[in-house]
Amino acid sequence: MTLALSGKDIAAKIEGKFPKSVVEAAAESLLVEAESLSEIAAYLKNTPGLDFDYLTAVSGVDYLDCFEVVYHLTSIEHNHSLVLKARCYNRENPVLPSVVGLWRTADFQEREIYDLLGISFEGHPNLKRIALWEGFEGHPLRKDFL
Amino acid sequence: MEIEEVYSSRELDKVEGKAINEFIAGHQQVIPDPDRWLDEELERNILLTSVDAVLNWARRTSMWPVVCFPACCAFEFITTEASRFDLSRFGMEIVRASPRHADLMITAGTLTWKMAPQVKRIYDQMAEPKWVIAMGACAISGGIFASSYSVVPGYNRIIPVDVYLPGCPPRPEALIHGIRMLHQKISRKSLISGGE
Amino acid sequence: METTKEIVINTEPFVVNFGPAHPSTHGVFRMRMTLDGEVIVDMEPVFGYLHRGIEKLAEERTYTQIIPLTDRLDYLASMSNNLAYCLAVEKLAGIAVPERAEYIRVIIAELQRVASHLCAVGFFLNDCGAFMTPVLYMLRERERVLDLFDMVCGQRLTYNYMRVGGVSQDVPDEFIPAVKKFVREMPGWLDEYERLLKENEILLARAKGVGILPRDLAINIGASGPVLRASGVPWDIRKADPYSIYDRFEFDVPVGLAGDCYDRYRVRVEEMRQSLRILRQAIKDLPRGGEVRSQVPHLIRPPVGEAYGHLEGPRGELGFYLVSDGSIAPYRFHVRAPTFINLTALADMMRGWKIADAIIVFGSIDICMGEVDR
Repeated sequence: MTLALSGKDIAAKIEGKFPKSVVEAAAESLLVEAESLSEIAAYLKNTPGLDFDYLTAVSGVDYLDCFEVVYHLTSIEHNHSLVLKARCYNRENPVLPSVVGLWRTADFQEREIYDLLGISFEGHPNLKRIALWEGFEGHPLRKDFL
Repeated sequence: MEIEEVYSSRELDKVEGKAINEFIAGHQQVIPDPDRWLDEELERNILLTSVDAVLNWARRTSMWPVVCFPACCAFEFITTEASRFDLSRFGMEIVRASPRHADLMITAGTLTWKMAPQVKRIYDQMAEPKWVIAMGACAISGGIFASSYSVVPGYNRIIPVDVYLPGCPPRPEALIHGIRMLHQKISRKSLISGGE
Repeated sequence: METTKEIVINTEPFVVNFGPAHPSTHGVFRMRMTLDGEVIVDMEPVFGYLHRGIEKLAEERTYTQIIPLTDRLDYLASMSNNLAYCLAVEKLAGIAVPERAEYIRVIIAELQRVASHLCAVGFFLNDCGAFMTPVLYMLRERERVLDLFDMVCGQRLTYNYMRVGGVSQDVPDEFIPAVKKFVREMPGWLDEYERLLKENEILLARAKGVGILPRDLAINIGASGPVLRASGVPWDIRKADPYSIYDRFEFDVPVGLAGDCYDRYRVRVEEMRQSLRILRQAIKDLPRGGEVRSQVPHLIRPPVGEAYGHLEGPRGELGFYLVSDGSIAPYRFHVRAPTFINLTALADMMRGWKIADAIIVFGSIDICMGEVDR
């Protein structure tokens, strides 16, 4: 059975290495600051014992005051999983660091989030629309798109 | 190995996107169904000559569909062509990839605005006489996705449709019924009336 | 003395569009290929030709009304889509499923896996050049599975059969004997196909060693399903994170070694055999009588929160991420589409091969455009 790791345990491990980066550690998920997302992701992937080598899914959610991107991470070796989240409060031009360098899964999925929600990912090699055509106005999954 | 870019994919995307936007602007009205010639025939009391009968027989017994398989209805079309509901007894087993060889377009799937210019291009390339069967709810009116931001509400926005076939997806028996209806329509067409 | 003069012809790579309407792309999929002669130098996939906005449409439908929308995602394995979505909602709302419904779900899901793999293998062989014969044989067996589904819910392709808390109606009396007959006869048909295809020289020459996906790359791109297992990673959600009652059944997970197209084909055929094994056990243990759907309110209002429910579909790990704000419709509905993610490494798998091999690589990943584009 895949063990869903508690956000609180992981937060305890991270606080030592990356101080002030954890915003909220709940039982099911871990919310971190957007600026430290790349470092924490690299730490989660490369640390023996955690070894999150498989990024299951990247989803974007539009809460009206912020955008949240949710990363579902899994470790094939240890069979445990974690939900990592990062928020971005800028409504006009949301930007988050990309994790394509660590997990290539994020290539198409981040492009899709850019297309449908408008969140730009810094460091993505090929950020352009994937499901809709260039010249489509607006980002459909936003709550204010009619 | 580093290869220099032969084309710029962003530029190409922009050009295609502009073409799609222009296409959307130009295709907001429903194209009327091409069956006015059916009414004219009754008015003018034209009888079919034997030339017409032979031509119509030849046309309807070997209609070749063109490849136009966006979505789920495509699989009901493929199973209609398979061994159980054999379509080759109607002479239609050859699905031509090249639209120049085909004379029937069975639109099997939801049409999105991104795909619409391509379908129109395939339809334009088909040689006359050509017919269209709109298969499935998505082809008639957009179906379950009608209110979506990227779905064309029915193929009759971009091409004239001869037979509408409801179902989601229509069973193979329903598809064969639709094809038979088209055969009946073709067999009433006359050279003299100059129908489309 | 004769000297030979070397003539150097200047060549440059050119771009060919493998357009959206093409008989070999399984659906409306477009590839812009940069070719040097006939060898593929680079490939850029373009999709979105079937993007219907399912995720946005789901935000204005109730939880039960979304089930027909999920049917149309991966339309070759609709039952698995329904089941994955129902698992996600049950996880979100904490709804339990009665025993008989669990067994029926497993039986239906494994039958769906067999039907989907038959289609996948048939069209893969079609792409390899055995023009229509394997497809017609496999579609004939698929028709038998579709007859079983017709018996259960009246539909052949988009079923809308699973419900949150169970299934929508009980199976009729003639269903189980029909499934027993199918399970008895199917291994014979599989043996017949294997006799024709397993050691077939042409298939081996065309598919062995072609389109190799190395193990590390497969994990890095998040591949799942037969694509991941053929590359040597024994990761199957039914074993790693058992959902429903899969932990009660005994079955093996076929794993390939080389990660080429031939291994993916073999993994799919072996998975069909394992599905028949699960079916035999499930039919034997099916409880007689009992409810098939637990009592859920007509309009489900899950508590505020989120859940990710996933299962091992025929094409890979299909997951649904649902965010609820306490109302009758989900706040966010996100599909983790396995074939969308499996396509990430398509360019890597195709580089250096010729166009004809590209079709085989593409066929072996077994995509379904409804899921890629949503």
